[in-house]
Amino acid sequence: MTISSFRQTDRLSKSVQNIKPSGIRRFFDMASTMENVISLGVGEPDFVTPWNVREASIASMERGYTSYTSNAGVFELREEIARYLDDRFSTPYDPEKEIIVTVGASEAIDITMRATINPGEEVVIIEPGFVAYAPIVSLAGGVPVSIGTKKENGFKLTKEELEAAITPNTKAVMLCFPNNPTGAVMTKDELLPIAEVIQKHNLLVISDEIYAELSYDNEHYSFPRLPNMRDRTILISGFSKAFAMTGWRLGFVCAPSDISSAMLKIHQYTMMCASSLAQYGALEALQNGREEVERMVTSYRQRRNFIVKAFSEIGMSCHVPGGAFYAFPSIEKTGMDSEKFAEELLKEEQVAVVPGNVFGEGGDGHIRCSYATSMDSLQTAIERMGRFLEKHS
Amino acid sequence: MENKKLEVLRLLEENGRMDVSTIAKMVDEKEKKVQSMIDELEEENIIVSYAAVVDWSKVNEREGVTAMIDVKVTPQRGVGFDEVAERIYRFPEVKALYLVSGAYDLSVVIDGNTMSEIANFVSEKLSALDSVISTTTHFRLKTYKHDGVVFGDEDDDDKRIVVAP
Repeated sequence: MTISSFRQTDRLSKSVQNIKPSGIRRFFDMASTMENVISLGVGEPDFVTPWNVREASIASMERGYTSYTSNAGVFELREEIARYLDDRFSTPYDPEKEIIVTVGASEAIDITMRATINPGEEVVIIEPGFVAYAPIVSLAGGVPVSIGTKKENGFKLTKEELEAAITPNTKAVMLCFPNNPTGAVMTKDELLPIAEVIQKHNLLVISDEIYAELSYDNEHYSFPRLPNMRDRTILISGFSKAFAMTGWRLGFVCAPSDISSAMLKIHQYTMMCASSLAQYGALEALQNGREEVERMVTSYRQRRNFIVKAFSEIGMSCHVPGGAFYAFPSIEKTGMDSEKFAEELLKEEQVAVVPGNVFGEGGDGHIRCSYATSMDSLQTAIERMGRFLEKHS
Repeated sequence: MENKKLEVLRLLEENGRMDVSTIAKMVDEKEKKVQSMIDELEEENIIVSYAAVVDWSKVNEREGVTAMIDVKVTPQRGVGFDEVAERIYRFPEVKALYLVSGAYDLSVVIDGNTMSEIANFVSEKLSALDSVISTTTHFRLKTYKHDGVVFGDEDDDDKRIVVAP
C-alpha cells in the first residue's frame, strides 16, 4: 500500500488526533507578528542563566565531558540533587535508586505517566494548570479528569473537590503547587486533608514542584514529607525556573525504587540520558548557586508585590499569588471572556498576556500575567492595561 | 537594620531614581513609611549621594584620562594612615581613595584632562607629601564594567519567545 492510499486520518494515531493544539500557540503566533509588544506571556525567568553555571558547562566541554552519561544521570549530580532536596525541603532520596535526571520536568511527567498508567485509568488534574498535563496523560493511554479550583479558595484544592473527582478508575492525582498559572501555594495544613483522601483511595500522587524555590510568603512544603505519602508520591522538579535554565532542558524525578526503575526503562530507551553539558552546568548550579537563586527570588517577590498592588490600583481584582512568577487577575468586570480580552489587549495596547481558559477548567475570566520581566516593562504594561480597562468597563 | 529598610536600600543602590510609590509596592509597605526610611538613610549618611553611572568613552567632548595610583606611605603615630589619606582625598581630582592590604597602602583613583596633568599631580603633589614613600601609576585604558554595570554595547536583548507555557 502506498502512502497516498492512506486516508488522511489513518496516517496519524488516534491518540494524537484527539489532542487539541495548545491555545497558547495561537497567541504566540499573533504576538510575534506585532511590533512594540510588551510581553507578560512568557512562562520563564527573565534572568539569563548565572554565569558560573554557563562557565562550568563550557569547561566541561573543554575538558571533553561530551559522552553519554549513565542513564539516570551523572552520579555526582544525583548525589547533589539528593543533598539539595534533603537540605532545602527535607525530602531525602537515594541517589542510587530513586533519582533520575531527565530532559526537563516535561520528560519526567511523561515517563511518570507511562510507567504508572494503564489504558483507561484516570488521572485527576488540577486546573487551571500547566497545559501539558492532560495531553501527556492521554498519550500514555490514561484519562485526564479535571478539577477546576476556585478563585474564592485562592485556587487551592479542597478535599471535597478531590473526593468528588475520584472514581473506581482513578489511579493518580497530579498536583502542582506553587501553581502555573494561578501562583497558588498550599501549606502543610492545607495538604494534610488532601493526603488523607489519597491514602483512603489508595492513589498515587505526581507532585510537580518545579516552582518550589519560588515561594514568597512561606517555606515550600514538599508533598512527600506528609505522613505516609513518600511511598506513593512521584516528585518532579528541575532547574528551569529556580536556576533560570529553561533552555538547558534539565529536570529530575524522584520516586520509590520500584517506580523509578520502571521509569528508567522508558528513559533509557527513549532518551538514553540527559545532555551531559547541561548536567555539568546543573552540578555547578547546585554546588555554588544558592546566592543567585536567592537574589532572583527576592527580585520576583518584589515584582509580585508590585504587580498585585498595581493591578488593584487600576481596578483589576487579583488574589496574592504565593509562588511561581504569575499573577492571575480576574477580568470578569469587563464582561469579556479571557480569549477576547487577551486578543483586544494585544491589538489595542500591544500587551501580550495568556488567556486563562487555555489552562483548563476555572481559568476563563482570568488572564495569566508573568511578572518575570523588567520593572520598566511592568510599569509600561500596567499603564497600558489601565487605559484599556478604563475604555472597556 | 530592619529587613524592609535594607531592601529599600538595595533597590536604591540598584536604581537611585526609583520612585517612592514603586518601592512601596515592591516591598509591600506604605509610601509614607518608605519615605521616612529613605529620609533616615540619607540623614544617617548611609545613602551618601545619588549619581548616574556615565560611560564617558561615548562622549566626544570629553577627552579625559583616569589613573589608578598605588601609594606606599609611612603611617604616623597616633593617626595611622588617616592623616595622609585626608591630605590626599582633599584634592578635587581624586575620585576615590582606598586603604588596601598588600604590597602598598593607599589606592588613589584620579581623573585628569591629560596624561601630563596626572603626571604633574603625581610628581608635584602626591610624591611631595612627607609620608609618601613611593608611587606606581596605572592609566586606565578601557572600562569593561564599573559599579556592577557592564559598559559598551552588550547584547542584553530579551532572547525569550514572546508567549510560552
